[in-house]
Parts: sequence; structure tokens; C-alpha cells
Amino acid sequence: MTNTLHRFGDADSFRDDYVIFAIPARSNNPENTLPALRRFLEIAIEYKPVNLGDARNGGALRPSRSLSPLNHWWRDSSLNYQAVLDGLTHPTTCSAVFDNPTAAEDFLKRIKEEDLGLSVNISTSIDGAEQCCNHACIPRHSVGYSLGFEGETEKLPNSQVLMLSTMCGHGMISHSLAKKMIDFVKEGRRTPKEAASVLTRFCSCGVFNPVRAARIIEDARTKTT
Amino acid sequence: MKINPSKCVACGNCTYVCPMGAIYIDPVIHRATINDDACVECYACFNGLSQEHLPPTVVRTIRKVLAFLRIRFDPEPDVCPTAAFEPNELTWPRVVRRAFSDPRVPHESTGVEGRGTEEVKTNDVTGRVKLGEVGFTIEFGRPGVGVRFREIQEACWALAQAGVTFEKKNPITSLMKDVSTGTLREDILGEKVMSAIVEVKAAATRTEEIIRLVWDVEKRIHTVVSIGVGVRCDADGEDTIVAPILERLGYKLERAKTNAGLGRVATATIAPKHDLVQA
Repeated sequence: MTNTLHRFGDADSFRDDYVIFAIPARSNNPENTLPALRRFLEIAIEYKPVNLGDARNGGALRPSRSLSPLNHWWRDSSLNYQAVLDGLTHPTTCSAVFDNPTAAEDFLKRIKEEDLGLSVNISTSIDGAEQCCNHACIPRHSVGYSLGFEGETEKLPNSQVLMLSTMCGHGMISHSLAKKMIDFVKEGRRTPKEAASVLTRFCSCGVFNPVRAARIIEDARTKTT
Repeated sequence: MKINPSKCVACGNCTYVCPMGAIYIDPVIHRATINDDACVECYACFNGLSQEHLPPTVVRTIRKVLAFLRIRFDPEPDVCPTAAFEPNELTWPRVVRRAFSDPRVPHESTGVEGRGTEEVKTNDVTGRVKLGEVGFTIEFGRPGVGVRFREIQEACWALAQAGVTFEKKNPITSLMKDVSTGTLREDILGEKVMSAIVEVKAAATRTEEIIRLVWDVEKRIHTVVSIGVGVRCDADGEDTIVAPILERLGYKLERAKTNAGLGRVATATIAPKHDLVQA
């Protein structure tokens, strides 16, 4: 689906947001792609992604089914890459999120060299993706443009909330929760990083960018839209 | 989805988590309650909230004491302290809500989870959208507003009348009782979903016509629309056909999904048997 396509923001707001994902085409013998998908994730880890995931099992920061009450004070919000690797048992879309162009460009170049045979897409600003392709000496094959949001847009929240909630195109991060986390930071009840971690856990495929989220929340602490 | 009233402690965490705003604390029973008509069965509450398994009576007592003393209880905001959410057994037609709203559930029609489409993400392998063609993904209800199939049908009727080709392997297409007219099954028209994508393909020369058609539909429905436009680049990796049309229509092109063209057609093709998950 179009899960990472319609992130809200102008091109500059994607300066720390590069989602690169690998996908086996349904019509193309996907059963045999599991080793390639695993290799894709293993290579991604070398380039220090800020999130990693597969569309079936989630990202590198997940909710817990049996949380201890002590976690309200000492909660582990570190990224668990190994859980993503271990969970990959069926061919599915695998993604890595980077917060800087250098990592994204180098990763794409490496993926090209590895020749995994998977369809690989870069979801970011149009210029950012083109630079990644240029760095890897790849002419773009196809482009899917986002035309943004139309219709009864008065039903949408302010731009800061929208930038957060649309980082999950599946809609698993509600506008209300995004607003609540901004308010928590404004009140001094959470740090931007802690607030971003809360939102990250709701993303069911690992494409949420906690670094961009923390930056947006930090901006929202002092600026109104 | 349902909330077990014997477990719920009315902490209110879930009221913020619901993307449709369908959960509220009932002032009479003092428990979190779901508005079934607004709920799209996305399972964000069940899957997204971390769960504790604390004794409800103890939690309620602590909350009452703290509330009496006007002391703010400040737990983690993404936790259900008593694991009170319990999935319902869904039957037709309500089950389509979950199919279109919970990204981890595959569509029966395509075997694909999420919104069930590949658009141009695999175009390097499938060749679905060729040079001089344009693929539209017209998504209704996104972001975070939701849509009923009755409204999607408005768009399907208009697109069918324009003679465009509906993508066969698309969940909305599979729910049409007449693809030639874009008419959906009647028994699902009142169902609400998080969002759904109508996927069509046409000659690039028809780009403006189709976008204007969608603009017209937008005036008749009560939700938001996200349009994606997929194109095949030329040998130099450029799109000199569709982007200028979109810019002439007033769109500022900021973000895109770029297919790097690294996909390879498998030598031995066999039909996939398991469910694929698409992001």
C-alpha cells in the first residue's frame, strides 16, 4: 500500500526522514525472497537506522503484552533490531528508516552492489530520493508522487499533529495521541524523545521515524502552527 | 472490539489511542466504552497499547484515593493497566471494517494486508505502469478521518463512467458487483473503514481529466482524500510527462516514493500461496 507516501510536510521537513524498503512482487515467486529480505535488514543495521521493521511483525520498538508496573519508571525504549530479524519468517515488505542522507545514500549503493533482486524504493522528498539514486548511479525506474490531502481538510488537525500522525500511513497513530504527546512535552511531563517512543510503538510495520518525531515535538513545544 | 467492563479501570489512556475517536468514558457506568458505529476494527487499541495485568479492584482503589486527594496519576500513556480489550468475533459485513483498517489482516481478494496495493513499488518487476501511462491510487478517509463505502462508490461510479481501468488485484475492485459501472455490493455500503484505495490506470494524457474528476467527487463526499500518482521514468530516470501536468494543476510536488529499479524477474514463477504484507 501507500503507507509511507503521504507523510505531511514540505520537502525540508524530510531532511531527516529516509525510508528505504524492499518488497517482493506478488507475481514474482516471493517464496524464495526470504534470504534476500533478511540480508536487506542485516545490511541496513550496519548503517544505523533509526527504525527497522517488517510489515507483518512491526518495528524495532514494540508494545509489550506483559508490562511490569516498574516500567512506568524504568522503561526500555531502545531499538531491538534482533527482534525484527528473528520475526522475519514470511516474505513481506521490509523497511529501514534513516535520519540522514549520507546513511541512506550509502545504504542504497550497497544494496545495489549486493544485487538482492528485490524491488527497492526510497520514500522521502523527491530531491532526496533522486540524490540517493544518483549516488548509487541508478536512474529512477518509477515514481509515485504524493499530491497531499484534499476534500474536507477542515476535519484534519494542525500541521504539527499531522506531521506526527501521518508517519504511520496505516493510521495506527491517532491525531489525538500525537496531540497528547505534544501536550505532555509542553507540560514538561515527558521529553520529546520519550514522547516519540510512545508514538513509535503504535506503528505496526516499523516505518515511523522517532528522530523526526522528536524534532517535530521539540518544535511544537515552543511554536504554534 | 470490546472492552471488558469487569477489567476496565477508566484510566482513559485508550480514548486518545483510537484513530477514529470511538472510545469514551461512559459517565454512567464509569468504564471505557466503544461507539460501535464509529469503530473501524483497526485494533490500534488492542495491538498498540502495551498491557499490564494488574488487579482491577486495586487499580480502581488507588485511582480513587489519588483523585480524592487531587493528586494527578501519571502513568505511561500507552498502557492498558488491566488488559481490558478483547477482540470480537466479526461476521459479514462488519468484518470488512477490519480488512480495510487493521494493517496486519490480509484482504481475502488479494492476500495482501494493509490497503492491499502494490502501485509502482514493484513496477520494475511487474511493468504495471508503462511509459506514457499513469497509475492513480485514490485513497479515501486518510489520514485519520475514515470513510464509508457509500462515499467510495461515488468515486467508483464517476471513474467507471470515464472509462478508466480499475486495478483487478485491488480490494475495492473485488467488492464491486459490477466493475463496468463501479457499483459496490449493497451490503457493505454503510460500513466504515479507516481508509480504502481505489486504484486505476490510464494514459498519461488523461491525467488532468482524472484529477478534475476526483476534485468533483470530493465536493459530494464528507471525508478527506489522498491521491498518489505513479509513473514510469524514461531511460534517464526522468519524468517529463506527468510531473509538469501536476504542477500546472497547482500541486507542489514535495514527496514521492521512488522505485530504484533493482528488482529482478524470477526465473521460475510459481503462484504465491501465502499472504503477503505490503507497507
